[in-house]
Amino acid sequence: MAHAANINFYQASHGWKSWLFTLDHKRIGMMYIVTTLLSFLIGGIFALLVRIELFSPGETIMSAATYNKLFTLHGAVMVFWFIIPSIPGALGNFFLPIMIGAKDVAFPRLNLFSYYLLITGMLFNVYSIVTGPIPDTGWTFYTPYSIQNSGAVISMVMGVFIMGFSSILTGLNFIVTVHKLRCPGMTWYRMPLFVWAIYGTSILQVMATPVLGITLLLLTIERYAGIGFFDPKLGGDPVLFQHFFWFYSHPAVYIMVLPAMGIISEIIPTMSQKTIFGYRAIAYSSLGLALVSFLVWGHHMFTSGQSELANFIFSLLTMATAVPSAVKMYNWSATIYKGSVSLTTPMLYALGFLFTFGIGGLTGITLGALSIDMHFHDTYFVVAHFHYVMMGGTAIALFAGLFYWFPKMTGKMYNECIGKLSFWIFFVGFNTTFIAQFVLGVNGMPRRYFDYLPMYTNWNRVSTVGSWLIGTAALLIVGNLFMSFFRGAKAPANPWNGKSLEWQAESPPVLENFAHTPTVTAGPYEYGVKHG
Amino acid sequence: MSESHAADHAHHFESVEHEFDAGKLGMWLFLVTEIMLFGGLFVGYGIFNYLYPEMFREAHHELNKVMGAFNTIVLLVSSLTMALAIAFIQRNDVKKSKLMLIITFLCACTFLVVKYFEYSAKIHHGLLPGHFFTNTDLQSANAALFFSFYFVMTGIHGLHVLIGMACIAWIYWRMNRGDFNAHKFGAVEFVGLYWHIVDLIWIFLFPLLYLVV
Repeated sequence: MAHAANINFYQASHGWKSWLFTLDHKRIGMMYIVTTLLSFLIGGIFALLVRIELFSPGETIMSAATYNKLFTLHGAVMVFWFIIPSIPGALGNFFLPIMIGAKDVAFPRLNLFSYYLLITGMLFNVYSIVTGPIPDTGWTFYTPYSIQNSGAVISMVMGVFIMGFSSILTGLNFIVTVHKLRCPGMTWYRMPLFVWAIYGTSILQVMATPVLGITLLLLTIERYAGIGFFDPKLGGDPVLFQHFFWFYSHPAVYIMVLPAMGIISEIIPTMSQKTIFGYRAIAYSSLGLALVSFLVWGHHMFTSGQSELANFIFSLLTMATAVPSAVKMYNWSATIYKGSVSLTTPMLYALGFLFTFGIGGLTGITLGALSIDMHFHDTYFVVAHFHYVMMGGTAIALFAGLFYWFPKMTGKMYNECIGKLSFWIFFVGFNTTFIAQFVLGVNGMPRRYFDYLPMYTNWNRVSTVGSWLIGTAALLIVGNLFMSFFRGAKAPANPWNGKSLEWQAESPPVLENFAHTPTVTAGPYEYGVKHG
Repeated sequence: MSESHAADHAHHFESVEHEFDAGKLGMWLFLVTEIMLFGGLFVGYGIFNYLYPEMFREAHHELNKVMGAFNTIVLLVSSLTMALAIAFIQRNDVKKSKLMLIITFLCACTFLVVKYFEYSAKIHHGLLPGHFFTNTDLQSANAALFFSFYFVMTGIHGLHVLIGMACIAWIYWRMNRGDFNAHKFGAVEFVGLYWHIVDLIWIFLFPLLYLVV
């Protein structure tokens, strides 16, 4: 045991088995990074194909049926393979234990099991794709279409069901880790805000995902046996499926975006060399968002025949989610104010996040307003809005986090020049793609059709060209990380002068994270504070 | 010193008690997910019971109240013996603890055997839901929907009973091997917690399905 304390986790053991059967949270985190980034590229290829089809009205490169399958796969892969597992699975796994001074997560075996559940779920989906016909239900699997659909819906849905359990067990593991494995002196208010954010996320994963599980199980039984819960012919109700589905899938939006906010809360104080403004407000707003997110699912169903009263209440509660989000935005901005800001690649991505997530959040309020939603529902405005939140929020923050912690995870520096270039291409490409879609949506172009009226041609072309820029940036980002992993310059232990615990560990960390269990005496962002 | 100590708890915990506390919190969180999972079904039941009160009232008479009540008692007894198994191992009484586990296991078997007879009777009367529903005796419209709930809810519950039996067999095997004592009995307690939630869910299923008023 004595020697293991001093060598890093890459060298602690060797061979492919030492990775596939590892119980080390850092290695499992690295496996999640590879898996989710590959998923991102696969989902991205589907997106690019969808955009190329929309370059011109009419059939461009594929039939309507193929188009429907592709946007279904794009949605399902991006949501279930990439966004939901990415930040908690990858960066959460790697950094949550280190940030609270623990040697590992509470249940390392369960952690590995979660990873393989994700892989198993993916294989179910692959089976559905290979044997076909590929489902064209959209990633939401709305009934009654998903029941009557001739596609391989059951293997697709069961794959998602299994991935849901992966997500539940990851969340469960993190909650117990935060409660039970904080090192001496690590009080709740000394925890980094990333840990608070992951904690809030975990609560959502544990509480909401089982409801998706039972919903998808019922959908499967319905398809197999026609039990009628969602079938009006037998006395059931398809809107009940929507209620169940969004009872999970709206909190799931926060499963996606809360950890992203956690990453931004780490990068901004470090890169500004300044104490975070309003630590407790940010910490509590994470829990506040987790709570409110359970109460707003009905805003997905304003046009599904809900009562006026329900619509009104859900609309009001939807507005309320803006409050904790805005608290965070103001606090991040106030942290940057008069800080010594270094515009490194992660900071550029974090600043980009403030801009794009700002637009994503504000258009969310637009859609939460009942009268406007009646108009914008099922148009490209909705598509643009959730891409601003999912991609302009979660994906951009994931890239920020990957660059920020890359030196710590690998012991190597990424290429700063290519990193900055990738940011600008991404930022310009992203806004080009989706601002165009806002315009299309306002002009009334409906979503989920492979064809459109000629009047929408120009903005669709702008959007498609933008998607090529995003594709280029994605290759630059993944290529930069991949090449730097092998050829990057050696990274110091604390390249950004960070104050939280992970920066006090070696780069890369040793097997049990710290040679000796650390004792914490100060908060995570105490710049310019002198300790006696 | 630390080497000899490391054997009875995982390396990232400070002590057996520390590991036990973490495991217990994890188990409770898992029980929350179970409640959310069944919660979806209970909400669905509530909605359709509200929509079709007459149908639910008529259809529920097809269920055998005596068998349901008997099974409720069986599960309550099994919860008691499970709790006793934990109490005995906490007092280092492996022999009695093992006996209690056996009784718990037998109660679970009894429950499933009774369930088998109930299911057979329903299938015989053509009450399997969905495509398989052939019963023509029931007057109310959509009566099949009640049996959809009956079979899905009790079916998923029955699956939990089966998993519980596997877990009880597993801790019995480990207890036989000498894994547990008054100092270390985490797995026994966690399986016990799981068994209580299986019991508790049935306590709700029984009146909702068998005693509709």
